[in-house]
Amino acid sequence: MSKAGWIRLVIVIAFFGALEIMCRIGWIDRLTMIPPTEMAEALWSMLLAGSITEDVLYSLRNTVAAVALSVLAGFVCGVIVHALPRLRRILDPLFASYYAVPVFVFYPLLVVIFGINATPLILIGAMFGIVAMLISTLTGLDRVPRVMFKSARMFQLDPLRSALLIKLPSAAPHLITGVKLAVVYSVIAVVAGEFILSSKGIGHRIAYAYNDFDSRTMYGLLLLLLTAVTVVTMSLHMWEHRLHSRWAKQ
Amino acid sequence: MMKHRAIDYVLLVVGLLVVWQICHELVGEYALTSPLATFAYAAKELGDAHFWNNAGASALALLYALIIAMVGGLAIGLALGLNRLAGDVADPMLITLFSVPKVTLYPVILLVFGLGLSAKVAFGALHGIFPVAIFTLNGIRKINPIYVKASRSLNLSRSRTIFTVLLPAALPEIVSGLRVGFAATILGTLIGEMFAATEGLGFMLIKAIDENNVELLMSLTLFLFLVAATANGILLAIDHRLHRRSAAAA
Repeated sequence: MSKAGWIRLVIVIAFFGALEIMCRIGWIDRLTMIPPTEMAEALWSMLLAGSITEDVLYSLRNTVAAVALSVLAGFVCGVIVHALPRLRRILDPLFASYYAVPVFVFYPLLVVIFGINATPLILIGAMFGIVAMLISTLTGLDRVPRVMFKSARMFQLDPLRSALLIKLPSAAPHLITGVKLAVVYSVIAVVAGEFILSSKGIGHRIAYAYNDFDSRTMYGLLLLLLTAVTVVTMSLHMWEHRLHSRWAKQ
Repeated sequence: MMKHRAIDYVLLVVGLLVVWQICHELVGEYALTSPLATFAYAAKELGDAHFWNNAGASALALLYALIIAMVGGLAIGLALGLNRLAGDVADPMLITLFSVPKVTLYPVILLVFGLGLSAKVAFGALHGIFPVAIFTLNGIRKINPIYVKASRSLNLSRSRTIFTVLLPAALPEIVSGLRVGFAATILGTLIGEMFAATEGLGFMLIKAIDENNVELLMSLTLFLFLVAATANGILLAIDHRLHRRSAAAA
């Protein structure tokens, strides 16, 4: 591990150590926060007892579906918009301000249409993630060397094959960025949706535990959620870096 | 050129209205009000003191959150950017903190700050501070080393180096960060109001959701979108101009 990596590790350990001590000696009262070790213990016992398995799987399934939908639709729409510069110019302001609006205010509307089940959660997650993927696809396609498009024309590839064989691989580093953002945004939307209106899922359980003053369950679930998201985004981040540096070398 | 852009905007607005009307026809009055009905309702709301009281409460919370996010983010980015090792250590940590779905932390924020203004401000600032810090850090690190050498050979003091060399040179990046941070802060403040407030537009949103008042929900969404899009458009124009100027200077 690099020197910076070691320092990071020390900082993280020091942070959780300080939190632990402050909780133990009562600077932070137990109603506000429980010590990190107790969070881990609460999570461990919940995992062993299987009391949260169903909710975790429900949220996971919805998030995966939302990510898949936003990545796929985002890429396809990105390729189409990239091929039509006029349309792109028109839509540009929309893309630029999309994330300034809390899109999940549309969640209740989706609930009215589809009922309280997984469909509105998946759709709101996909709505949140799709534009990030679309923008990254556009950026990626902008960086594809022109010579690639020329050779696609030389080989007389049809639009579908040129998208899959030429555009997809050569825009890959930026597409990974898009996937990473789509994951982050989809998680936010799915969990926020579960907070507001849902009968299942990890967000629902956290909100329920909060209203119930059940801080062990709440912090255990928060720990699980934050750890999972951090691991996923950090792995995608490292993958992204590796692809970017490999492309830069070529 | 100007005329082209005006036509593009008109086309975008008309296109969005058409899509909206089609969605309205598809799902019906109870799920999605028509553009015309929404505009009529929004006009009525705009004449209502109750709406402006809530909008004022949101604006105040947003202002505080923006000040904390901008000043804090700049200070963090600058402090870490001045030292190579500190920057290397902090960069991935800031990115992780940025990508954590902070919606999940709302019970913690509520427990720490209680229901009210400080919780909203904390939520907004928490969303906005990381993008500002990340962009500032990268801006400082990407500065042409010649500038730093020149300031050293001119024997400038540390504060003069920061204010007359580093900040102006990193300005395009910083403005990009402020733009992204601005959008994130709006989103954070609104989410904070949805979960942790008794007044403000976010609170009106969550009440409209509970009462299933689709007209109010759509009017508020429309209002927020227009405000966010306008502010974003202005910052985007400044952003583009600065980037073009620095590209011309390089």
